[in-house]
Order: sequence, then structure tokens, then C-alpha cells
Amino acid sequence: MGNIAVNVEGVSKIFRLGVKEQGSDNIAGMVWDFVRSPMKNFRKYRSLYRFDETELKETLADNGRAGDILWALRDVSFSVTEGDVVGIIGGNGAGKSTLLKILSRITPPTKGEVIIRGRVSSLLEVGTGFHPELTGRENVYLNGTILGMRKKEVDQRFDEIVAFSEVEKFLDTPVKRYSSGMRVRLAFAVAAHLEPEILIVDEVLAVGDAAFQQKCMNKMQDVGKQGRTVLFVSHNMPAVTSLCDRVIWLDRGKKISEGPAQEIVGSYLLAGNKTTAHRIWNDPGSAPGGEFARLRAVRVVAENGEIKEHFDIQQPVGLQMEYEVLRGGEVMLPHFRVKNENGVLVFVTLDHDPKWYQKPRPVGRYVSTAWIPGNLLNEGPHFVDCNLITRHPDIPQFSESEAISFAIAGSMEPGTARGDWPGRLKGVVSPVLEWKTAYSSAN
Amino acid sequence: MEPSKTDNTPIVRIRPPAKWEIIDFQELKDYRDLFFFLVWRDIKVLYAQTIMGFAWAILNPLIQIVIFSIIFGKVAKLDTDGIPYVLFSTVAIIPWTYMSEAMSKASQSLVAGQSMLGKVYFPRVLFPVTPVLAKLVDFSISLLLLLAVMIYYQIAPTWNLLLLPFLIVLMMSVPAGIGFWLSALSIRFRDVKFAMPFLIRMLIYSAPILYAASSIPDGYRLLYSLNPIVAVIEGFRSCLLGTEIPWQFILPGTLVSAVLLISGAIYFRKMERVFVDVI
Repeated sequence: MGNIAVNVEGVSKIFRLGVKEQGSDNIAGMVWDFVRSPMKNFRKYRSLYRFDETELKETLADNGRAGDILWALRDVSFSVTEGDVVGIIGGNGAGKSTLLKILSRITPPTKGEVIIRGRVSSLLEVGTGFHPELTGRENVYLNGTILGMRKKEVDQRFDEIVAFSEVEKFLDTPVKRYSSGMRVRLAFAVAAHLEPEILIVDEVLAVGDAAFQQKCMNKMQDVGKQGRTVLFVSHNMPAVTSLCDRVIWLDRGKKISEGPAQEIVGSYLLAGNKTTAHRIWNDPGSAPGGEFARLRAVRVVAENGEIKEHFDIQQPVGLQMEYEVLRGGEVMLPHFRVKNENGVLVFVTLDHDPKWYQKPRPVGRYVSTAWIPGNLLNEGPHFVDCNLITRHPDIPQFSESEAISFAIAGSMEPGTARGDWPGRLKGVVSPVLEWKTAYSSAN
Repeated sequence: MEPSKTDNTPIVRIRPPAKWEIIDFQELKDYRDLFFFLVWRDIKVLYAQTIMGFAWAILNPLIQIVIFSIIFGKVAKLDTDGIPYVLFSTVAIIPWTYMSEAMSKASQSLVAGQSMLGKVYFPRVLFPVTPVLAKLVDFSISLLLLLAVMIYYQIAPTWNLLLLPFLIVLMMSVPAGIGFWLSALSIRFRDVKFAMPFLIRMLIYSAPILYAASSIPDGYRLLYSLNPIVAVIEGFRSCLLGTEIPWQFILPGTLVSAVLLISGAIYFRKMERVFVDVI
């Protein structure tokens, strides 16, 4: 366990929002308002950053917002060890950028404390300080020193920076003549050659073409491998899972959870989709269905029959649908479709249980469960469509898209596809295959 | 926020800041490269894509001198203690041009730089202090004009010239002090932006630039001397023209300027924590 590079303790940040003014509705009132306005404005602008304790206590009851006070961050605590690559995720307005600004010393916390060990470089926007009238060469120096490098350091790395950015020919032209892609490449080139102990990156990878984005990702990975601490905010979940060891999840100013990247991202994606491991339709009138069958419940179950949302990769996963057959005498085909977090269809599974396969069904209640073996699906959240059709002719009875969802958590146990491999394996499925090797000594 | 060093890596503690903080000189030393680049950037960019380029540094005061000489020298015939009006006003306009431009730029520095303010951290005092240094370049170029006028009127250098370095420092501290105050205020109250041109126009009358200090009636002389701009202008006059050094203006002016500078720095640092939230 190395040194703690960043320690955040009980940090809160409060903002005062602009609130709509009450205007008066008669001329005398309007004139009086106008005369009094300098006093009112003075008080308003002065109060933009002043908060007294009673005002604050009122807002605590409400979920982060009362009157014109907003708790952008509320009592957030976590610590980051030297060398960690930590992702920070959350919906819009979660407080991610505010947290980064506090860590970058751009704005101070209202409460709480942050202790940082090491030099910090922040990329909150690419090209900070670029001046359009200066040439590329001059801007490299300006940008570099703004980001915290000494002139000597920029000198040493100048050639590398220029090579990375691929704008050698245009170095002595004013930057205002550059295309936006060139500007971004140059700015990122400077930022990529900083060597701070702690690097903070906020969604800068959202610009640039695909080739450039890949370059940025690789560079950030290198930074992590060099043993430096990286804090990375992004909405790009695959980027977060491939780059980060640990992830912190913020929502509306509070820390929801933190832990291994795959697990937290999995929970986050599940939560965002508002689907769970279980859905019931209690009222037959509103249950999805057609003339012959009606869906009453869908569940994800574990081996012991209990409803479960998170599964270890080695565990079998049961997909269960409970349905009523309303009119007997038809052959029915229940089936599930399973998709992964990227929307890719992993497989379709048809109910070939010999008990009912190709046989007409009597009226009644049925509970059908499909068992996905362990060590098949890859890590991450999965979403399940639940469907049933009658056969010959094929008439759909119900088709619920993304009715339920579950998450597979990876592990590095022996017996999994990953084994002791530190990262998540790419691919839609993650099976454990048998390998056979023939060996002969060199001759 | 205080940095401290243990085992070679700097540790920075970030917390809601304490009430009073003075300038962190160690931090400024760490950021001196950036300071140099910001000043150099301002200089380089100022006359970018102009035909006249740095000649504007001479043209600007020159045109003012010509106009003032005609209006106040010939038409209004203001008393200038016997000094020819052109010489009288040149010696005053050159430092005044520096002070008024540095003051304007410094007071707007935070608002103009708000994109950088919100994206990256470096000591915020660099914002108002950068124009105070960058404008010295214009000042140095305009000294050529001053030299030309002095040669024309055959003014010989005297020992008073030794006072020049001190006067230049005083000249720089006036826009620095006012810049600290106004830039911090302009973040919250944009009125400063509108008040500035008006303020500059009024300030030119508050100092003996267009008229001689001896025109001020005795009763008001003490009040008059509290204005640090008076100290700079009268100081420059006596320093360059060899007349009696007016300590009765220079001493109070220096004191007031020091108070402005220190109080400005304290106010600036106090407001620093909320700049980004309020801009």
C-alpha cells in the first residue's frame, strides 16, 4: 500500500444561483424599484459567495437545493493512492467538474479539506491560454508554463511535443490560422508531456477524430503505467473501464459508491436504465400480452431461486418469465434476447424444454426459466428482452424490450477466463475453453 | 492554502481559506517563468497586425502633447512656472500615459482573463501585475520622445536624475495598487468597466499634468499632496528638469501609494477565493 496521493475529507461546495426577481406591476412601483436597484444589486452581488449558517441548515433538509442555494458537492470523502488510475463518473450535475476544480485549486471548498501530495496538472480544457496571435512555437511555451512546466522543461521536451502533435510545418504560423484539429493536437501534445505526480483530466477526450482519441487514451495509459496518479472524469464508460482501476460514482453532489471499475460502472449503467432484476405486472389488464398469452413477471434468479442482480462470472444466471396462457390449444415459443452494455445482441435463446416443445399448451400459469451457464457471458451489465410467440402461424404475444437487467462481475479467480490477467478481456463473450498443447524439446 | 515540503514531494493542503492572507512570495518565485511568458505575450500581441507597430508608443503621447500645448499652452495660457508648455507637458504626459494605461489594463485583467481563471491554477496576482510590467515597454519607447524634447530645449542632466529609479518604482506602484483594488472589485461589480474611462479622464486633472502645482491654493495643498500621481508627476519634473525636488509632494504620495498597494493586495487575496464562483 503506497502513499496516499490525494485525500478528500468531507468536502462540500455551495453555490448561490441567480433567482428570478419579483417585479412590481405599477408605474410607481417600477420607478421605486429602479431607484432602489443599486442597493438591491449591491446586496445581491455581495451575497453571491456569502452563506450564513442558518441559511445552510435549511437547505440540508431538502435534497441539496432550497431557494437559491445549491450544494454542488455534499460531504464527499475518498482517498487515492499513488499510482492509481481513478475514474469519476456520474450523471450531469453530479458535481464531477466541481470536484476537479477544487482539486485543481481553481475554486476552494466551502467545507472540508483536501490534501494533495505532489505536483498537479489539470486538463480541464485543451488549449488553455493559447493566444491566436502567437505562433505554434510560442504557444507551446506559453501553454506549457501555464500548465506548470518550467521553461527548461519545455525546452527539453520541445521536439517530442512537436512530433506528437504532427504540426511541424506550421510551427511558425499564428495559431489563429490553424484548423481546430491542429489546435487540439498541439494542445494535447503539450499536456501529454507534462510530468506531474498527479494528472487530472476532464473529458478532454471528447474532441478530435477517432485516431487522435485513441492516441490520447494510449498516452493516458502510459502515464498510469509510469506510476503516476491519474484522475479521469468521463461519460465514456468503455474508456473508463479500460483505463481505470477504481471508479468513484457521484450523483447530485454525493458520493454514491466507489470500488473496482467494472463493478461500479456496471451498477451505474444498470441504475441509469431504470431496469432491475425483477418486474411484475400485478394488474392483468395492463400486463403485456395478446389473445393467447399474457406476461405477468420477469426475473433474474440465482441457482437457489432468489432474485439477484449481480453475479460472479462463474455463476449460472437464470432468466425467468412467468406468464398465463389464456386460450389453450396453441404451440408456444418463449424466448429471451440478451444484449450487452454496447447494445450488441449476445444471443437469442428459444425454449426447447421437451415437456412443452412443439406441444399445444393448456390454459394455466407457467414459469419458464432459462439457465445461462457460468463462464459464458463477459463482465458488465446485460439487458434482457422477454418475448413469446405462438407458432404456425407465428403471432407475437408479448415482446418486452430490456425488461430486466443484471450485471456480471469479473474476478481473477482461477477457473475464470481471465485467470490472473489484470484487465477485463475484450469480447462479447468470455468462455473458458479447453486448451491442448503438444510439446517437444528442441533438437 | 499552504504548501509545505516533506520527503521532497510538495504537499498542498486545500481548505476553505483563512480570513487574512498576504502574498505568497515563494509561490510567485515558482511561477516566475509563467509570469515572464505572460508579460512577453502581452507585449508581443499588443501591436500585432498593425502597420505602425511600436511607433504607437510614441504617437499616442505625442498627439496628446500637441493638443494640450495648443489648447492649454497657447489658447488658455495656463501658468507653468516659466517652463515652455511643450516641455512642461511632455515630462508629465509620458509617465501619465504609462500609469493610465497600466491602470486600465490591470483593472480589467481578471475579467479579460476569465477563461484562464476557470481552467487552470496559477497565482491570481499575476493577472493585475502583468500589465504593470508589460506597459513598461511602451514607457521605455516613449522615453525617446522625452529625450528628443529635452535635447531640443537644451536641458542639461543634473544630479536629480539619481532620483529616477525610485520615481519609476513609485510610478509602477500606483497602477499596481489601484489595479489590485479595481480588478478584484470588477469581478463582482462590472460597474468598474464603465467607471474606468471616466475615472481616467478625471484623474488627469487631479495631478499637475496640464497646469503647474503652484496654481493650487495654499489651503488645499496638503489634500492635493495625498494623491500619489502628484508625487510621480512633480517628481519626474524636478528630476528631469533639475528644479527643486518637491519633497512636500513626494513623501505623502509615497506613503499613500504604499497604503494603496498593501491594502489592495490584501483585498485581492481575500477575494481571490471567490473569483471563479462569481465571475
